[in-house]
Amino acid sequence: MISIPRQKNVTRIRAFRISLHHLIVAGWITTASVFFGGYAGATESAEQSVSFNQTIRPILSNHCFQCHGPDGEDRKAGVRLDIPDEVDLDEVLDRISSDDPDMVMPPVELNKPLSDQQVTQLQRWIEQGAEYEQHWSFVPPREHPVPTVDDNTWNRHAIDRFVLDKLQQQRLPHQPSADKRTLIRRLSLDLTGLPPTTDEVHAFVHDESLEAYENLVERLLAKPQFGEHMARYWLDLVRFADTNGLHHDHYREMTPYRDWVIRSFNENLPFDQFVMWQIAGDLYDDPSIEQQIASGFNRLHLIIDRGTALPEESFNRNVVDRVSSVGTAFLGLTLECAVCHDHKYDPITQRDFYQMYAFFNNFDGGPETGGRNGLDFKRGLQPPYLELPSEEQEKQLAAIDVELDRLTAEHQTLQSDAKLKDGERSEQVAKSIEKVRARRDALIESIPATLVMKERDEVRPAHLLIRGNYDQPGDVVQRDTPGFLPPLDDVIDGPGDGVKTRMDLARWLVAPTNPLTARVAVNRFWQQVFGVGLVQTSEDFGAQGGSPSHPELLDHLTLQFIRSGWDVKALIRSIVLSETYAQSSKANREQFVSDPTNRMLGRGSRYRLDGEVIRDQVLATSGLLNPELYGKSVKPPQPEGLWKIVAMPSSYPRIFEPDQGSQIYRRSVYSFWKRGLPPPQMTIFDAPTRESCTARRERTNTPLQALVLMNEQEYFHAALHLANDLLQRADLEDRRRIEIAYETITSHQPSESVLNRCTVALDHFRAVYRDDVDAADQMIAANRRSGEDHTYDSDQRIELASLTMLVHSLLNLDETKTRE
Amino acid sequence: MGLGTTALASVLSQTQSQAANQIAHFPPKAKRVIFLFMAGAPSQLDLFDDKPDLVNQFNKPLPPSVSNGQRVTAMTKGKAQLVAPSMFKFSRQGQSGLMMSELLPHLSGMADDLCIIKSLHTDAINHDPAKTLFCTGSQIPGKASLGAWLSYGLGRMNENLPDFVVMNSAFWTGGTGNVQALYSRLWGSGFLPSKHQGVSFQPSGDPVLFLSNPTGVTTRSRKTMLDLVSELNRDHLNEIGDPEIRTTIAQQEMAFRMQSSVPELTDLSDEPQQVLDLYGPEVQKSGSFARNCLLARRMAERGVRFIQLFHRGWDHHVGLPKKLRGQAYDVDQASAGLLQDLKQRGLLDDTLVVFGGEFGRTTYCQGKLTPTQYGRDHHPRSFSVWMAGGGIQGGISYGQTDEFSYNIVENPVHVRDFNATILHQLGIDHNKLTFPFRGLDQKLTGVEEAHVVKDILT
Repeated sequence: MISIPRQKNVTRIRAFRISLHHLIVAGWITTASVFFGGYAGATESAEQSVSFNQTIRPILSNHCFQCHGPDGEDRKAGVRLDIPDEVDLDEVLDRISSDDPDMVMPPVELNKPLSDQQVTQLQRWIEQGAEYEQHWSFVPPREHPVPTVDDNTWNRHAIDRFVLDKLQQQRLPHQPSADKRTLIRRLSLDLTGLPPTTDEVHAFVHDESLEAYENLVERLLAKPQFGEHMARYWLDLVRFADTNGLHHDHYREMTPYRDWVIRSFNENLPFDQFVMWQIAGDLYDDPSIEQQIASGFNRLHLIIDRGTALPEESFNRNVVDRVSSVGTAFLGLTLECAVCHDHKYDPITQRDFYQMYAFFNNFDGGPETGGRNGLDFKRGLQPPYLELPSEEQEKQLAAIDVELDRLTAEHQTLQSDAKLKDGERSEQVAKSIEKVRARRDALIESIPATLVMKERDEVRPAHLLIRGNYDQPGDVVQRDTPGFLPPLDDVIDGPGDGVKTRMDLARWLVAPTNPLTARVAVNRFWQQVFGVGLVQTSEDFGAQGGSPSHPELLDHLTLQFIRSGWDVKALIRSIVLSETYAQSSKANREQFVSDPTNRMLGRGSRYRLDGEVIRDQVLATSGLLNPELYGKSVKPPQPEGLWKIVAMPSSYPRIFEPDQGSQIYRRSVYSFWKRGLPPPQMTIFDAPTRESCTARRERTNTPLQALVLMNEQEYFHAALHLANDLLQRADLEDRRRIEIAYETITSHQPSESVLNRCTVALDHFRAVYRDDVDAADQMIAANRRSGEDHTYDSDQRIELASLTMLVHSLLNLDETKTRE
Repeated sequence: MGLGTTALASVLSQTQSQAANQIAHFPPKAKRVIFLFMAGAPSQLDLFDDKPDLVNQFNKPLPPSVSNGQRVTAMTKGKAQLVAPSMFKFSRQGQSGLMMSELLPHLSGMADDLCIIKSLHTDAINHDPAKTLFCTGSQIPGKASLGAWLSYGLGRMNENLPDFVVMNSAFWTGGTGNVQALYSRLWGSGFLPSKHQGVSFQPSGDPVLFLSNPTGVTTRSRKTMLDLVSELNRDHLNEIGDPEIRTTIAQQEMAFRMQSSVPELTDLSDEPQQVLDLYGPEVQKSGSFARNCLLARRMAERGVRFIQLFHRGWDHHVGLPKKLRGQAYDVDQASAGLLQDLKQRGLLDDTLVVFGGEFGRTTYCQGKLTPTQYGRDHHPRSFSVWMAGGGIQGGISYGQTDEFSYNIVENPVHVRDFNATILHQLGIDHNKLTFPFRGLDQKLTGVEEAHVVKDILT
């Protein structure tokens, strides 16, 4: 690879300059691909200075830090490249451009050779003085001048000015605003996870007022479905599930936590509070119910049931899981990389990790779940937990307890007093006691409850664990935040000499000096509506994470977010009111090829909807959706036998028993999530198992996904349900019925060509079912649900089957499963 | 345009796009792998690691110099460690004279094809983390499984079936009293795109989830539907320009092809009786290990790259002899039949067959101890697995344990070495098959060094 002697490098640099210049002249298409090859670095001309953060750090991190980075233990030859003035840079130059396999760096066996371009960039950086910069995300966000652009429409909104300025620098085009139908569909899906109804579409299309779009945004932000949709992303991030995830994978109950997340987004709880309550809600003076529920964040980790593992090991595993999730969910840091040794790429020492660990190891509860008997087990509870009875339930419980006391007293009397000794009566009372106890149990089982965080009175000492082994404690460590970030003492009121608390940590996370928490959150909200974050690696803001496509814009939005009081709705409003957001997603092929995930934002983003949105949309457009908010998880039908094949004989629950009636039509955010085997309709569409924190999902396109859309029974049933509505409109001609179906499902009006194709297909379907009436009968019989009493004559049965196939075809369109 | 013509067009583009992934680092010895995973951890002492002299230690405490204070599970912590010799006889088999247990009469007939590794070891002492480590290279959930790595690294070998298939036995003979859960993460894609995850075949209902048409959807109506969908998608592609729409069209076509290729695969009516007989009587039952072995051979013939069978029921803490007999009955003839069947068809040369569980079992007894009644706890420090075909020498045993089958005394093989060896046989350098995630170039073998076990290769 790097076999050219040093002397020749000079020529190569010159050649590189020429080719880069050539590329820029050649036009935007090639420039874009250069841009994505090496980010902003590639657009620098040779005279400009090479940016350490944008160009050099990624090279050093990926190719050098493994042996010459922050981790002292594995450092080779005592050489480190992550901080300035530690190394002879001439030697570095010699080694990276050497053609001697024994001399060249990185060593051949590392399998990470530098490209010619990278060697050149390093060389230029060294020639220019080898200036180091702190990693971009560890520096607090700052104000940047908002560029002015020569486009009146795009010059109104700061987002648009940053975006268009960059596009123009790169000589890339942007797109006009999408049509109104696309916009309302996009907004509804992005803000509520549901498509608009045709009434909503019509109202918006006919609203000629200047504020039509803004009013639509307000209406959507005010819908309770907004909170459900936002919560879904959050639940991925914090790995919310209905089972423990290890060994038996037993049931666990945290419904009130999910309900709280949904409510928080709907009520627009300031995000800094949202963070603090989850980290340390239990530590407020006289904490509110909500704060206590939120502290359950610390209980969302996987947990093993007792009996096989060693409790000490399980204890450690839980704490590591807790700390790692704080890293991913709030800081965008891979803290878990420092469990066994100093972080290889980021300046997180192993000691830093265990200092964070010390905040989370003082949990006042068992490290493994309890036995398989008793009400707690049935309810999926393990102390400490919070009971949340309704007033009615409290009254009932009090009444039962009075009754129980009375019966117990009577029983005792009957047993002890010789004069009254009455065997028969005593037995009767004993039976009554049993019955009342059973009633009491049933009542308690119905009382909502949720796992919460609780601190032990006495602080449990924390140790650095050697190589991360739970049974090899090293030095005792004190609670503290990572040394490379602003000090924790800055946020502590008073003398600050006492033991630091999780509440201090919570304050530190949302302190104005913290460079990460707000940025990471803003980036994830951006990702939710554009499909990809300004920083693509939304889970990792460290040296190995991606560089921001628009660093100034990210800073701008972050500061605006903090100034607004961490107002999530305001942030989302601000994003969706931009021209950038409203662009059409139509583009030419070159744009899709050069920027497949639309990081330059030169068009409206276009991406496949999540499995939950796909299912919810099927239910919503067919009219089956049950919009009930909140409450326990439900089990919509799934193919039989899936759990049985993975469960243990005493797993609880072991067998999947689908819910009945309208419960199976609730939104997917309420679907029961067994970590060992989540609903396949979701995982096939890239839903995570929720065994670890997930900040972003992959988005694949597979034949198994096609099979779900083609054959999933409930999706097909929904098609028949909508087809039945169309069948009832016998007065309408085919074209009109096709229009209704198409508009209901896609929010668009069919083009003439679509209408013609659908009309022809509908006639084909009719021919099929006229020839095979049995098939139509079987279809209808298989989709009859209890309580439905339609009767159809044979023409209607043929018609219903044909219309079902038409509707089902539309549900299978690429357009239907895609956010455009 | 009908499905016939559209299918061809998109298959071409799909194959081209997948070629980019293919990264054989050197010529492979094996084209595919059949991995027989014995979930629950079979006893190496009773199946593979013959310790004839142990009978003299019956009911005597394991010398502390051997156990060396190593960690044990919560189940036997603080309890006496009394040695339980195997009650089963071992004898020399085949030309190679490999020592085989009487529990495995059929596999004994294939001894000259087997390479028994007696010196495997792992880091985890409990099932869940140990299985996760074995299947994904890490105890911590979230990593990609071996099959997913192969799918990612090598791409597809066929256009009509998944490239990574998983089959779980629906039942087993060794008792259901103590059996662990399985998790989809064991065949998951972790941080890799989910298209690389294993496709779990079901023993009843649709072999592949959502494979069958809904009731009342006939072949004709399905074709009409897909033609309509395909036409409208093409119109939309022309309007929008996003090439991802072309992928959707191709995947719908592949789904349609799977609707016939999968039933063809699972329809055994063309298997002659003498072939069925190789696998034993259980092959008649859907969901049996034997049936899954036969299906594995059919998949191997049809270009499925990685086929993984999970057979549970090996966790014999107490009452081991009876339960182990049952388990051996399940797997002995079936896996021997699989080897023979592959061999007859010339497929064994380039098919790597692997058999093993997540760890071994202790030399000391758990529960009641008599010469014919004993149980064994988890033992991560040494255990046995076997490999066959795919460029692995037959009729050899590799690595040795001490007289108690407790510590490894020669040629230790860590699970990551084992995985590196599997990758090597498929032409992959385990250090070069990487995927960037969470700041690391993730590898199946993790951050620690791993070594290919070169001594066992042909």
